[in-house]
Amino acid sequence: MWEILNVALIWSTIRLSTPLILAALGGLFSERSGVINIALEGMMLAGAFTAAAITYATGSPYVGLLAGMMAGMLIAAIHALACIRYQADQVVTGTAINILMLGMPAFLSGAFFLSSGSTPQIPKEHLIPWLPIFIAIVMVPLSWYVLYKTPFGLRLRSVGENPEAADAAGVPVARMRYAGVLLSGILAGLGGAYLSIGQSSLFTRNMTSGRGFIALAALIFGKWRPFQTLLACLLFGFTEAVSIQMQGVVKLPSGDDIPVQFIQMVPYVLTIVVLAGFIGSSRPPRALGIPYQKER
Amino acid sequence: MKLLRELLFPLIAVVAAFVVCGILILIIGDNPIETYRLLFGSALSWPVGIGYTLFYATPLIFTGLAVMVAFRCGLLNIGAEGQLYVAAFATAWVGITLANRSPWLLIPLCCIAGVVAGGMWGAIPGVLKARFGSHEVINTIMLNFLAVALLSYFTQYHYKEPGPIMQTLAIGPNAHIARLGRFIPGMPQFIPLNVAFILALISCGLVYVFLWRTKWGYELRSTGTNPSAAEYGGISVRKQIIIAMTISGALAGMVGINEVLGYRYRYYDGFSDNYGFTGIAVALLGRNHPVGVIISALLFAVLQRGGIPVDAFTTHVTKDIVQVLQGTIILFVAAEAFFRGPFAQWGLLKRSKV
Repeated sequence: MWEILNVALIWSTIRLSTPLILAALGGLFSERSGVINIALEGMMLAGAFTAAAITYATGSPYVGLLAGMMAGMLIAAIHALACIRYQADQVVTGTAINILMLGMPAFLSGAFFLSSGSTPQIPKEHLIPWLPIFIAIVMVPLSWYVLYKTPFGLRLRSVGENPEAADAAGVPVARMRYAGVLLSGILAGLGGAYLSIGQSSLFTRNMTSGRGFIALAALIFGKWRPFQTLLACLLFGFTEAVSIQMQGVVKLPSGDDIPVQFIQMVPYVLTIVVLAGFIGSSRPPRALGIPYQKER
Repeated sequence: MKLLRELLFPLIAVVAAFVVCGILILIIGDNPIETYRLLFGSALSWPVGIGYTLFYATPLIFTGLAVMVAFRCGLLNIGAEGQLYVAAFATAWVGITLANRSPWLLIPLCCIAGVVAGGMWGAIPGVLKARFGSHEVINTIMLNFLAVALLSYFTQYHYKEPGPIMQTLAIGPNAHIARLGRFIPGMPQFIPLNVAFILALISCGLVYVFLWRTKWGYELRSTGTNPSAAEYGGISVRKQIIIAMTISGALAGMVGINEVLGYRYRYYDGFSDNYGFTGIAVALLGRNHPVGVIISALLFAVLQRGGIPVDAFTTHVTKDIVQVLQGTIILFVAAEAFFRGPFAQWGLLKRSKV
C-alpha cells in the first residue's frame, strides 16, 4: 500500500487539484453573492475549448489563457443575465448551460477544425503547465483577503446573506451579484484552460468529465470558505491521484487488484456525509438561490 | 386563455432557440433551412424515422415524468441519470440470474427490480433532505457519480461479458419484451421501438391520475406549492419529500425496461445519452404536465434522431447541434421573463437553498 506514497503522488495531487481549486474559488464568489452556480462545469468546458483553440491559432498560451478566461466570463454573463435580470431558476439555468456547453465546443471544432469534437494537438513549447498552478495557489489567500478584508468582499457577502438589508444600506444588489457570477466564470474558465493547455495538449470532447461538479462539492465540503475549500480540493485531487497510481500496483492480500472504483467513490460519499451534517454543519449563504426583486 | 398562455411561452422559447441556432449555423457556413429540413425530414419519415424517434422518446418520457413529479413537490431531481443506471443494472441482473424462468414470471420480476432499485436510489436524497435538510441537488449529483462508479465495478468484476466492451452478460431470451414491429404492419423489426413505449404512455396517464385525482397527489402538490401551508394543514412535508423522490426514482428506473428488456438485452456501461438531464428539459418545456411531457419528449427525440443525418449530409454542422439546441431551449424556457416582460414572475419553483 505504502509504495505509492511518494513525491510523484504529491505532485500529481497538486496537478489534479489545480482545476478544482480554480473552479471552486469561482463558485465561491458566485455563491457568496447568492447565485447558485452549477454551471461551473460548462464554464470550465468553455475555458478549456477556447484556450486550446486560441493557443493553437496564435501560438501563444498567454493569449490562449486569457481567451479561456474571457470565454468562461461570457458563459457566466449568460448565467448572470438569466438569473439576476430575468430571475430564472438558477439550478435550471445552470443545467441548461452545462448541456449547451457539452455540445458547443464540439460543434465549433467540427466547423473550424473539421474534427469530431477535439482541437488539433498543440506543440509542447506552447503549453503552459506552471502558471495556472501558481495562480491557483495565490488565489486562495487572495480570495480570502478580498472576501473578508475589503469593502467589495463585505458587500458581496452581504447580498448573499441578506439582500434586503444590503439594499437598504445602499449596496447595489444586482451589480454585486453580476460581479460575483462573472468572477466565477473567469476563474472556472481558467481552471478549464489549465486542463487543455496545461495538463494536456488539446481539447477533447467533455474533457472536464464532471470536475465542475466536483469543484462545487468541494466548495460545499469547504463550507463556502476559501481555505477549507482548498483542503477539500486537495483531498479530492488526492483521491484521484491515488486511484490513478494504484492501478495494477497495489494488491489485496489475496493478490487481486483493488477495484479502482472504490477509491473514486470516496469524495462522493464524503460530500454526502458532510452535507448531512455528520462532520460539522455546512451552512450556505442565507439568500443563496433566491432571486432578489427590488421593492417598487 | 390559461391554456393558451401555457402553450405560448414554451412555443416562443422553442422558436427562439431554433432562430438563434439557425444564425449560428449560418455563421459557420451552412444553410440553416436545409439543416432543419434534414433534421425533421429524416426524423419524421415512415417507418424508420418515426420508429426510431418514438424509441428515443421512450426514455425521455420516463425521465421527464420523473423530474416532473419531483418538481411538483418542489424538488429538483438531477439524479434521474444515476437512478436509471442503477435500475437498468438491477433489471439486467434479474434477467441474467433468473434467465431460465418463464417469461410470465421473469419479465414482471425484471421490471419490478428496476422500479424498486430506481425508487430506492431516488429515496436516498429524499431521506437525506427530509432527515438532515441537505439539498437534493448536490446529493443527486453525487449519487450520479456514485452510481456510475458502483455499476462500473459490478460490470467489470462480476458480470462482464468477456471482450473489450464494458457490458454485462446477455439476459435470458425469456426476458425479452416484444418490439412494436411485430404488431405494426410496415414497421421493420430491426427498429428497437418496443412495448416500453406503450408503458411510458400508460405511466403518463397513471401519473396524471395520481397527481390530480387522488388525495396523495394533492398532498404532494400542496407541499410543492406551499410547504408551510401544507405543514399547517396537517401534511407531513418530510414524508412527502421522501414519497416524491421515491416515485421520481422509480419512474426514471423504468428506462431500464426500454433499454435492457427491449433493446440491448444486457446492461451496457454508460448507455444513457444524458437521458436524466434531458428529462429536466422535457419536464420544464412540458410545463410539468404529463401531456406536455409527451409532446416535449417527442420534440427532443426528433432532435436526437435528426442529428444523425445532419452529421452526415451537411458540410460543417455536426450532430452536436442537438445539444446546442437543447441547451438553448431550456435556457429560454427558464428565462421566459425575457419574453414575458418585466412584471411576470415564475412562481412554480419555490425551493430551498443549495
